[in-house]
Amino acid sequence: MNRREFAKLMGVSAVALSGIPLGVTRAVGQTKGGTLNTIIQPEPPILVTALNQQQPTLTLGGKIYESLLRYSPDLKPLPGLAQSWEVSQDGLTYTFKLFPGITFHDGKPLTADDVIFSMTKLLPETHARARGIYSRIEKADAPDPLTVVFKLKSTFAPFLTALDCTTGPIVPKHIYDGTEYRKNPANAQAIGSGPFKLKEWVKGSHVHLVRHEGYYRKDEPHLDEIIYRIIPDSASRAVALEQGKIQLTQWNDIEMFDVARLSKLPNFEMTTKGYEYFAPHQWLELNNRIKPMDDKRFRQAIAYALDLKSMAQRVYFGLPKVATGPVSSATRFYEKDVKRYDYSLDKAKALLDDMGLKPGAGGKRVTIKYLTPPYGEIYQRAAEFIRQSLGRVGIDLQIENTDVGGWAEKFSNWDYEMTGNLVYQFGDPALGVSRTYISSNIKKGILFSNTAGYSNPEVDRLFEEAATSTSEAKRQELYSQVQKILVEDVPVVWMFEQAYPTFIDKRLKNVTTTAIGVHESFSDVSFG
Amino acid sequence: MSTLKSFLRHPTGMIGLFVLLAVVLLAVSAPWLFPDDPWEMVGAPFQPPFSEGLWLGSDMLGRDVAAGIAHGARISLIIGVISTLTSLVIGVTIGATAGYFGGKVDEVMMRITELFQTIPGFILAILLVATIGPKISNIIFAIGIVSWPPLARLTRAEFMRLRGREFVQAAVCQGQRPLTVVLRRILPNAISPIIVTGSLAVASAILIESALSFMGLGDPNLMSWGFMIGAARTVIRQAWWMSVFPGLAILLTVLAINLVGEGLNDTLNPRISRKR
Repeated sequence: MNRREFAKLMGVSAVALSGIPLGVTRAVGQTKGGTLNTIIQPEPPILVTALNQQQPTLTLGGKIYESLLRYSPDLKPLPGLAQSWEVSQDGLTYTFKLFPGITFHDGKPLTADDVIFSMTKLLPETHARARGIYSRIEKADAPDPLTVVFKLKSTFAPFLTALDCTTGPIVPKHIYDGTEYRKNPANAQAIGSGPFKLKEWVKGSHVHLVRHEGYYRKDEPHLDEIIYRIIPDSASRAVALEQGKIQLTQWNDIEMFDVARLSKLPNFEMTTKGYEYFAPHQWLELNNRIKPMDDKRFRQAIAYALDLKSMAQRVYFGLPKVATGPVSSATRFYEKDVKRYDYSLDKAKALLDDMGLKPGAGGKRVTIKYLTPPYGEIYQRAAEFIRQSLGRVGIDLQIENTDVGGWAEKFSNWDYEMTGNLVYQFGDPALGVSRTYISSNIKKGILFSNTAGYSNPEVDRLFEEAATSTSEAKRQELYSQVQKILVEDVPVVWMFEQAYPTFIDKRLKNVTTTAIGVHESFSDVSFG
Repeated sequence: MSTLKSFLRHPTGMIGLFVLLAVVLLAVSAPWLFPDDPWEMVGAPFQPPFSEGLWLGSDMLGRDVAAGIAHGARISLIIGVISTLTSLVIGVTIGATAGYFGGKVDEVMMRITELFQTIPGFILAILLVATIGPKISNIIFAIGIVSWPPLARLTRAEFMRLRGREFVQAAVCQGQRPLTVVLRRILPNAISPIIVTGSLAVASAILIESALSFMGLGDPNLMSWGFMIGAARTVIRQAWWMSVFPGLAILLTVLAINLVGEGLNDTLNPRISRKR
């Protein structure tokens, strides 16, 4: 899902946070690890990741709430709360062994019961994405306090990829069971089992996290405290970075046009790593129901007419990588041996001629309306670039601007001709890719569904089979097949694997070591 | 004729007229000076002024800033003139009706005018454009709607002054129809201040359009000066030329129109012009 989209559409779930205990401030020693100052923007409405999945909530809440697994940048599972796990031969039963001695911030132990409660009761009610995955659990058992056994209704290979802390945060059962989750007064204190706990949240100013002394991993966390400063103005954020007042930025904290300039700062390192799990994929959405976009040749012509390399440079300041198909090369099951649409105006024109779309007055063949995604300037520049590119082959693009609500309304109700879209992949094609192309997901009124209206029974079958197959090799084969078909059909025109600049103080270690990067718990992050 | 002579002797007015004519000339000749679409990415991004083929540099997509200014002049002038004509039609009609008939009609007309005067003009323009959509016709309409009240009040005052004059009363006594009296007897005598205010309204219309475009409420398919500055705002530390040149264009044009307006004011006002 688009991050900003998330932030704006789901902003309604704001929960009033009052009565945060303002304890007497004790001077914290800097001996072990020191203080990490960073940015959070926009200010999250709540810190409980199980209840709200806006990006700032997930970034900050990742330090407070942990899940069963973590993931390496190539999306292999690593121990999280679970130190080991087993999958049965038939691919239906998953057994997780928890680390001993895990405690919540209130001192109570975290056991298998908390895991089962969170994943089978609370999350399916509060977390739409988790619901889709964890509702496949038929039965959950706790043979002993440190063992969790999940039995799935049917095989679902991505299950093991959907246990990160943005999808499956574990909350304390003793606090939430039997209560109205969203109205629980404990939400203000955000009690999790992560390496950091909430000390103070001054609205509009900062969120102060301090180390959880009872953390189960030996010698971790290294840092004493993390201070998330709320800095709404992008110029001020850049200045804070230049002056060294903060040691870390994430997502859109630093605007793309500032990246080249700030990358020259001597004491910071810029990386685009740590977003592999989300792998935001950007494309041009074409309404396949409307002429002439119902014709494959027209969609291919658009793919040929866009000089994406130049667009990456001019619009996105060289940050993103050109996408070659529906699956991001950062995630698993990517197939690179697909048809390529290298920039060629001649091929584009030939396809349009072939369709019988002859240039009329002023060289125009057809006029199409482009609904600019309302997420800021860079989308405007992208729209202007696309209009010029398509204009060269006689496709006249009329840009229409709208606000966030208007865009979501028109786009999700198929009342558009062409627009831009940015969608997360969530580590597995079954979680983040198939939803855009399978015909069972053509759902009016829902964003990030199959809004283009593409329908191909063969594609449906391959995606279905790949999601339920338990053999990695088989899955790869099926996904490779489906990618080849999709790239030939071009239901949407893939443009970029979007990249976000993370600026890290060179003294900081282990910041982007996993596939969720800045959302990770930071238990092993340290100065030096 | 004497008015023209008097204007020709008005130094600042003439300076303004020359600058304005230069802008008009630029706007008219834009398709020949810069035959390419101003949106066309003709060069490398962020080229400074006086780079090869780019006198005023290029923007972040490699578009020619000079071409943008030339083509933007057309949009700015068109919007300035047409939206002023719109506000003149509304303002003069309402002001003339109120001033000529007086009484109840005047009351109603002026309360409506005051209603519009109490709402900050620019805010109303933003609201209108955001609601009905950023198209050039809507922008002209919105600017017309927010700039007519001063014209209406001015026209009303002039009409009230002239309404009681003998030549008007004579015309009424002769049985001329109200429309004839208004158009043939009163309006020609009230036109000078209206022309002056109208010319200044052109300048403010250009400014409003620029401000709207700057805020992203311009027509996304038309190159305008305000749009150029709005797009340049975020990269001002990398590329000052992207905002400075369109800014200068707005400054010069608005200044020129104001100078012309002032010159007209001086020459059309008999008391001042006779002193010369």
